[in-house]
Parts: sequence; structure tokens; C-alpha cells
Amino acid sequence: MLIDTNKCVACANCVPVCPMGAIYVDPEIGRARINQDECVECGTCFRGMSQEHLNPTLVRTVRKLARVFRFRFEPEPDVCPTAAFVMNELEMPRLVRQVFSDPVVEHKSTGIKGRGTEEVKTNDVNPRVGVGEVGYTIEFGRPGVGVRFRDIQEMTLELARMGVQFEAKNPISHLMTDKSTGHIRADILDEKILSAIVEIKTTLDQVEAVLGAVEEVNRRIDTVTAVGISTRCDDSGEETQLAQVLEDLGYGAERAKTNMGLGRLTNAEAA
Amino acid sequence: MTNTLHRYGKSESFRDDFILFCIPSVGKNDEGAVEKQKAFLRICARHDPVNMGNGNRGSFKPERHLDPRSHWNRDLSPDWEGVIEGVNKPGTAAAVFDSEEKAKACLQEVVDADLGLSVNLSTSVSGAKEVARCCGIGRHSVEYSLGFTDPHDHLPNSQVLELATMCGHGMVSFNMARKMLDMVREGRRTPDQAVTTLARFCPCGVYNPARARRLLEEARTKAT
Repeated sequence: MLIDTNKCVACANCVPVCPMGAIYVDPEIGRARINQDECVECGTCFRGMSQEHLNPTLVRTVRKLARVFRFRFEPEPDVCPTAAFVMNELEMPRLVRQVFSDPVVEHKSTGIKGRGTEEVKTNDVNPRVGVGEVGYTIEFGRPGVGVRFRDIQEMTLELARMGVQFEAKNPISHLMTDKSTGHIRADILDEKILSAIVEIKTTLDQVEAVLGAVEEVNRRIDTVTAVGISTRCDDSGEETQLAQVLEDLGYGAERAKTNMGLGRLTNAEAA
Repeated sequence: MTNTLHRYGKSESFRDDFILFCIPSVGKNDEGAVEKQKAFLRICARHDPVNMGNGNRGSFKPERHLDPRSHWNRDLSPDWEGVIEGVNKPGTAAAVFDSEEKAKACLQEVVDADLGLSVNLSTSVSGAKEVARCCGIGRHSVEYSLGFTDPHDHLPNSQVLELATMCGHGMVSFNMARKMLDMVREGRRTPDQAVTTLARFCPCGVYNPARARRLLEEARTKAT
């Protein structure tokens, strides 16, 4: 992402908009700048802000006058008055920032948008997690902190040592050079992204070990984690086994995503 | 894509947060999914949602050519038809409801429509169980959120977290949520204006303006 300095009027509306806090007003040039090392190419500034197309010279003059008289300038907080953001063409390795951070960009590896796979959202037609099995979505960098691939690799190395099964269609799995060791492509390790999800599957008896490993690795890497943990309900629609394990381990599961089982195979080939 | 699992808050805080979404599976039931997703959204629109989204845009959307005069009269109304007609390829279609009753009624109509797509409900564990029970559905699978782990103390206070995490993809920044909290407290924006501002940043249309409005009203007088 770039800011056109000929258009920017340093109104600073975009400064709080950036999820990574990568935008600041540089007093030396009197324009907003992007810290390119911290920018994750999520597109929030470009896509999320409404745009006006005002004359930059006029806006700067009005702002200067307002400043002289100590008037509070109170623009709409989500507007770039001169449409100064420019979404530039990205190449690898920087391209991975956009692919993992901008939710409207589709992953080529999964064919869907977002940072994970269909997970158990389509478990009723595309069985991934069965009764007695446990699926995990281990998300790094979320919310609002971001993460570098080098830190994600700390986790994948640890999980590979434990012998867990990585979800083949997950975007992170796709970037591994060796799924048996958990190594990720070396050229992207320093790239920062908004968040990424590692997906694995184990049996019920491994839950404590996996969750313990996630917490231990998280203490070593400078980011946040969010874990989703899923299973198949029984024939009566009840789920007590995993819920009991989580309760025994002291996890209070307040929220859940529930697949209602309404999906059917309807593609000619699948049916 | 919706990313609604890890919203910050206790179970009770999700009493006005029910996200119903349908999703086709690649190679299983994605043929003809576009029309089914539109049908799903049309059903949802009849049950008084507070937001809807099609994966590319929500019902509150930024404008590419905003007229400067609209600063004094910004449109705060949702655009349901734009979301429905904007479905152009198989993906996730979602609707947000602010009550269990609306979610139940909508899900019942979705069940009757028998679209064949997978349908998920994201809310409190107990809320989802109750909605499924009332609709006579046996739940198929469940994914629990274990919340956030933050050993390095990066995260802001709970008011900011509750507002910001309603866009699971992180497009609502902590700083923007904090700014809206401050603007409402200082009387510089109404809660309606503030929540619409936040909702415009969520391209999936799953941000919950009703819950955000309640949180902003509560935060107005609450010490931080």
C-alpha cells in the first residue's frame, strides 16, 4: 500500500483506521506515511475508508486556517478526503502479506477467501472431523496484533514433533516445505501478516497435550493466539465428550459455531 | 468466510448476537450455489436482520465517491438488495440477528426451504443449542472458541475488544474502536453514527451494529 504524497493532506483520519498502527503523520514532510515493515497489506485504509475527491491544495489551505484559529476540525472519521491511498501491485514474497491479511482476496490453495479452510462449517457434506476426533484452528496474530511467519513456524515445528496431522488444504500447510517437520518456506519467514490459521486434527486424548503446547509456544513468540476446537456431535445432536475435556482443563467455552447439518451432496458428480 | 467464532465477551454478552450463514463446499454442493445463497439471503432479509453480507460486501459499505455535502447527512441505512444481488460466485452468505426469536424464525424458514447448503449458527453455546432445539434440528458439528491467549499483554481493555472483535478478520482496528468510544462519550457522534462507521470496515457484513450500539451506550457512562 502506498500514499500519494501529492494528494495527502495529513488529516490523519487514516491513522487510527490501520489495524497494525502502521500509518503516521511525518512532521518533516507534512504528509501521512506507512511503515512498510509493519504494513500487512490488509487493504483496510484503501477499501474500508470512504473516499472524497477534493482538491488537495484547497483542503490544506482550509486546514491551515483552522489550525491558526485553533478550530477543531471535525471531519467524518472514516473518510479520506482526497483518495490518497494507492493499492500497488505486489510480488512474492510481499504478496503473502495481502493473501493472509485481506479477507476479500482468495487463497489459490484453498479456493476460498479467508485464512482457513471450510473447517467444520461444511463437515456435514465434506467430513473432516468425525465422532471422537478433534479439529483445531490455531490462529496467530488475532486480534489486532499480527504475526510473522517465523513465529508461526515455531508452532508448526512443535506440532510436527508431536506427530499431529496438518490439514492438507490449509494455506499454511500449503506453504510448508516439509510437512513432517513443519518447516515453512524460508523466503517468507520475515513477512508480517494480520493473522494465519494452522489447522490440525487429533484424537480426543491428545487435546490436553496440544493445548499445552500452544500455550507454551505462545509464551516464546511475541503475538496472541486464538484457538477454535471442534468435533462431530452424536446422532442425537449432543456433544458432551469434548465439552467435558475442556471443562476439566479449565477452558470456559462461551461461544461456538454450530453446523446445523442441513447440507446435502447436490453436485452431479458428488451425489 | 465470516470469521465470527472469536468474538470477545461472556455468554450473556451474546444475547443479541446471532450470525446465521450458509456455505457451499467445493466439489460437493457448489453447483448452482449462487442462486441458493441469494435465496438464503432473501429469507434472512424477511426476518429483520441487523446486517447481512455476501463475502465481498456488507449492507453498510464505504463509498468510492462521497459527496462532501453528505457529511451533514450521512446515509446510515442498510442496503439489503445490494448484498443479495451482489452474490456472484459460491461463497459465504451471512445474516446477523439481534434476538434469539428472529434467529429461530429465520432458521426454521431456511430448514423448510431445503437449500442443501451447509448452514451454521455462530453465537453462545447455549444460544445455538436452544435455536437448534426449537427448530427440531440435531446439531451436526460444533466448534468452540477458547478465546484469546495474550501472554505478552498486547490486547486493549474489554470495551475495545468487544467492539473490535466483531470483525473477526481484524478490519476494525483497536484504535478505531477506541476513537468511536471516545467520540460517543464526548458527544461528538451518536451511537448510531459510530456503529455505522465501524460496520463499514467489515467487508463480510457480519459486524453487529445492534450489539455495538448497546456496548457503546453501556460504555458511555462506564469508567474505563
